[in-house]
Amino acid sequence: MGKNLFTKVWDQHRVTALSETRDQLFIGLHLVHEVTSPQAFQALRERNLPVKYPNLTLATADHIVPTQDQLLRPFKDDLAEQMMVAIEENTRDFGIQFFGLDSDSQGIVHIIGPENGATQPGLTIACGDSHTSTHGAFGALAFGIGTSQVRDVLATQTLAFERLKVRKIQVSGERGSRVAAKDIILRIIAELGVMGGIGYAYEFAGPVIESLSMEERMTICNMSIEGGARAGYVNPDQTTFDYLEGRPFVPKDQAFEKAKEYWRSIASDPDAEFDDIYELDITGMGPMVTWGITPGQSVEMGKNLPRLEDLEEKDREITTKAYEHMGFREGQPLEGEKIDVAFIGSCTNGRLSDFRAAADVVKGRRVASHVKALAVPGSRKVKTQAEAEGLDTIFKDAGFEWREAGCSMCLAMNPDKLTGRQLSASSSNRNFIGRQGSAHGRTLLMSPAMVAAAAIEGAVTDVRNL
Amino acid sequence: MSEIFKGKAMTDNPAVIRTIKGRGVPVKGNDIDTDRIIPARYLRCVTFEGLGAEVFKDERYNDDGSEKKHPFNEPKYAGASILVVNRNFGCGSSREHAPQALMRFGIKAIIGESFAEIFAGNCISMGIPVFTADEPSVAAIQGLVEAHPDSVLTLDIDSETCSGPGDQVQLSINSSAKAALLGGTWNTLDELLMNEDQIETVYSRLPYISGFS
Ligand code: SF4
Repeated sequence: MGKNLFTKVWDQHRVTALSETRDQLFIGLHLVHEVTSPQAFQALRERNLPVKYPNLTLATADHIVPTQDQLLRPFKDDLAEQMMVAIEENTRDFGIQFFGLDSDSQGIVHIIGPENGATQPGLTIACGDSHTSTHGAFGALAFGIGTSQVRDVLATQTLAFERLKVRKIQVSGERGSRVAAKDIILRIIAELGVMGGIGYAYEFAGPVIESLSMEERMTICNMSIEGGARAGYVNPDQTTFDYLEGRPFVPKDQAFEKAKEYWRSIASDPDAEFDDIYELDITGMGPMVTWGITPGQSVEMGKNLPRLEDLEEKDREITTKAYEHMGFREGQPLEGEKIDVAFIGSCTNGRLSDFRAAADVVKGRRVASHVKALAVPGSRKVKTQAEAEGLDTIFKDAGFEWREAGCSMCLAMNPDKLTGRQLSASSSNRNFIGRQGSAHGRTLLMSPAMVAAAAIEGAVTDVRNL
Repeated sequence: MSEIFKGKAMTDNPAVIRTIKGRGVPVKGNDIDTDRIIPARYLRCVTFEGLGAEVFKDERYNDDGSEKKHPFNEPKYAGASILVVNRNFGCGSSREHAPQALMRFGIKAIIGESFAEIFAGNCISMGIPVFTADEPSVAAIQGLVEAHPDSVLTLDIDSETCSGPGDQVQLSINSSAKAALLGGTWNTLDELLMNEDQIETVYSRLPYISGFS
């Protein structure tokens, strides 16, 4: 039997066995941001330790940066300012490359890695952020870690880690019109459950996945963690190589040829073994929208919300809680629910193709008058490219606010927040209670095109009917 | 088990954790995510100090600051150190702020039906044992704690049990976590720092580090 990518890359990076179940794993790229790193740098200072390999470490600032008047310092929020100063000092003192506010490469950590070519196949990647799984789109093993582990990676470039099992998720079938990568991953999470991936890395494979662009693959891998899987990946192929060629951190000429050879060699063998295989046929599937308080609570457009009596006993409690929080009724359709806020952005859907898909819907139309609509590029590079294509004008003409790069309304750490019970159509990845900044706020996760349609209609709408 | 591990477990390492004794506090419900444990606005900090006061903030307080009904507000559970939860506790963000906030509130161990992986790993790396048990057992412990909030529970890591006034309950703990707690190596940094030569060997064999040249 052949080996899967996970096994190959893991073995290549294994430093030693720490116990029967835990390995010391070398990390090829450590991505750092301002929220989960200050306490880790502090721990290094207390022990007088340097960063082991600053050359394998890359930092940015994304969560707390305002998306308006971004360059105005100090920030209005003192706490945010303190965190910004901390990452500026820490990266300077420890000699780490930092895409700060003076860099045209600043942006969300899971966007800047790939777009600069720092994210490559065959790497192990760690970052103090659960959506690190995004980088798996390139055939890297990418894990979210906690702050103690950020400290460990800074000081040793390694992690104490347990090997994961691997589940191959084979996606086939005919992809319907306007069915986005977001819809596919929401469907997978709905099928396997938010805990389905615990203990696993997901290998996304099959004809549908192979046909996806790199940006779409990133959307899929990004949300692996919402299905409980700590890592998700796609085997590298020509699409991957074409995306990477010419990006700043990617080797050139002869070295690029050698890199490709290596990247091909770490892909799963045709006869690779897996701990589990799950098959999904997406023929006939429409756009998906979450209606509850976990990313697993979603509904396909055209279908009605679940009835408690139709659910398994174990799902009833969280479903009841979701109905209480969201104020929806069992069995109702979601279409027509009036929204207050539309948000396009985040590390799930804040890339150029996402803004293109949304602009395609928005073009020549107007945002409903009661809706506050935000389009927030995931990085400065995305912003520049979108502006070069005139997408900013399309959004602004329609009544969207076109903002500066950052995490924005994906989570409540910067000025972009929901208030009260606002209902938000959001292209982000989490609909947990309070996630978007109001304890009573309500989030509907969907694809960028679906957010655009909701913004225009002022209510949840099947983008295929627009 | 490797030699290193055996050796360490023998010594008088103050980091060795064998048992946790304390009173329990139940927080019922499935899929309690890290945004609920510590809302994102409290992540705007450069130290973990002070996070204990903000744990479960939006579940414990109304917007006007008045208290909601929540076990962490109930006087009968004041001073409890063993948290008893249900399914998929700690899902969501990788923020260590969540277990840090619980720890700084006074939580020293957690029992639940299941946990999100990153959360459980974060707990262990802070020396907080995370035990699982089946649904009826968790319900039994929650019921016991509700009925007798003053009784002291003893969680034993080696035998993976919870003993208190009622029947002993069989728990289970991940084997790596068990080894790390009993071996006093849950604070992974020292262990990782020891293998410097091997780290450098891997560094020099990875083709991408030299840019494939
Ligand atoms: S966009 Fe959202 S999910 Fe992504 S890194 Fe930022 S806060 Fe986290």
